[in-house]
Amino acid sequence: MKPSAGDSSSALVQVRGVEKYYQRGTERVHVLEELDLEVKRGEFLALMGPSGSGKSTLLNLIGGLDRPSRGSVTVAGERMERLDERGLAAWRARHIGFVFQFYNLLPALTAARNVELPLLLTLLGRADRRRRVELALSIVGLGHRLKHHPAQLSGGEQQRVGIARAIVTDPTLLLCDEPTGDLDRTSGEAVLDLLHTLCRQHGKTIIMVTHDPHASARADRTVFLYKGRIVDAIPA
Amino acid sequence: MKFASLIVANLLRRKLRTGLTLVSVTVAFILYAYLSAIRVGLSQGVDVAGADRMLVWHAVSLAQPLPLSYLDRIKRIPGVDLVVHQSWFGGIYQNPRNFFAQMPVDPEPFLRMYPEFLLPEAQKQAWLRTRTGAIAGRATAERFGWKVGDRIPLQTGIWTKQDGSMTWEFDLVGIFDGAKQGTDTTPFYFRYDYFDETRRIGKGLVGWYVVRVTDPDLAPQVARAINEEFANSSAEVKAESEKAFLQGWAKQVGDIGTILTAILTAVFFTILLVAGNTMAQSVRERTEELGVLKAVGFTHEQVLGLVLVESCLLSGLGAAVGLGIGRVLTAAGDPTGGALPVFFFPPRDMVLGAGLGVLLGLASGALPAWQAMRLRVADALRRG
Repeated sequence: MKPSAGDSSSALVQVRGVEKYYQRGTERVHVLEELDLEVKRGEFLALMGPSGSGKSTLLNLIGGLDRPSRGSVTVAGERMERLDERGLAAWRARHIGFVFQFYNLLPALTAARNVELPLLLTLLGRADRRRRVELALSIVGLGHRLKHHPAQLSGGEQQRVGIARAIVTDPTLLLCDEPTGDLDRTSGEAVLDLLHTLCRQHGKTIIMVTHDPHASARADRTVFLYKGRIVDAIPA
Repeated sequence: MKFASLIVANLLRRKLRTGLTLVSVTVAFILYAYLSAIRVGLSQGVDVAGADRMLVWHAVSLAQPLPLSYLDRIKRIPGVDLVVHQSWFGGIYQNPRNFFAQMPVDPEPFLRMYPEFLLPEAQKQAWLRTRTGAIAGRATAERFGWKVGDRIPLQTGIWTKQDGSMTWEFDLVGIFDGAKQGTDTTPFYFRYDYFDETRRIGKGLVGWYVVRVTDPDLAPQVARAINEEFANSSAEVKAESEKAFLQGWAKQVGDIGTILTAILTAVFFTILLVAGNTMAQSVRERTEELGVLKAVGFTHEQVLGLVLVESCLLSGLGAAVGLGIGRVLTAAGDPTGGALPVFFFPPRDMVLGAGLGVLLGLASGALPAWQAMRLRVADALRRG
């Protein structure tokens, strides 16, 4: 019997029988095996597991950054294996907001320009883009840091800019890859508070990869991965 | 336009590297402008040569004179519209380094033959009235600070005067301009009748003839007829178009086009490597950032386009600045003090240079852009 992976009735994300493997010479290296997972709309899910357990790979598959070797991934009713590269890029722009462990801001751009990046792919005019950028930055508490470059911001502030960039298009799903992994306790706590608020008050569905039990405690549910499979608990 | 800030920000992230690359491209295009002007100078106005004009010279050599009596015989050949003669004077003004061409001509038909020489009517009439009168091109007049009314002495080692003197003095009655950019305004013309009467030797001889045909299409037939007219005479002639004559003259220096193309190819290949290296480094440094762009929804083609536009902007800017500076520098005219009387950067080469700038951008950005396009998002973010 596989561990419970959610209720399919209101699932935003459905992962069905997904396998992911890489061919290394004659050897096939399995990263994910026969994996099923469902995430409800508005849910805050934490993915935990040791390094190499497949957490980030699963996040990449859900975010359309990679394709499964077998099985299907459906997000917001869209089966991603049916989309070509261009369709997948457009789908990501519309539905997904990414938050990375190391923020991944473009150092040459100001905070506002960084947040604006996903909006460049929309048909919004300059004034509308600016309005949205200001709103997103004010939601993360950085409305006063529009013109600052990443180097002028603390780690916590950079991560909040990263979150603003992820929410600026009002995506269906936020995918966070160890968002507090590079932050001190206080900054990490602030980021978790922010994610919690986005989930509770703005209805965002969030999947967060983390190693930190303290972070996972803030989620509605925690799924453990071990050697590419979902397990009840991580073996000692 | 909405991607402009992203492109410019990327270019400015390594200001020194971008600046040095920009300077390299700029210098290459200044060189290109200069070499273009030199090509024009060495071609001696081939581009502006009259399509309906032919030169008739002694079959042995241009240095051999022809009888003045050939003038009427050439005039009678069907297809000939106008004939004038010219001769080489070879005088020295003050110093042998002050070189410019001087030729005795018959003023009235001469000015009809060369409508590209713009001489005010009053000055033309003055020339027709004054036996010792001469006209100078604007470039030479400005070079020596001459003005109408000046008396110009020329020393010659060829043409001794009747009184045994080797110094000829002329009254400057006019200064002509060129109707086209590229018209040579360095020569100095004076009256043949005064010259022929005053010289001690060579009377009744001229250097060569310039023939205008009624129809440029008839030029080959007219040339044949002229050659046949004087075949088996003591002074056989060779007739050819003005353009062919000037090209032949220019080729005495070598195949200028090939030499300049070889130099420019070497220069641009080097610049291609410099600009290509800049773009490759820039893209390599930004692997993670390119992954982020793709993660937020940029397509592979958009990333390719961003890198190519960035590369074209760098090369295009360098080309524009280089061509602009080259234009200004060459506008100052002949830098050799007389060896290149026609010296300018032609607009056609300027347009070609702009095209080269874009081509350089595309070529230097092609490989990095292709690598950026093929980058897989997950790999790019992992590498970061």
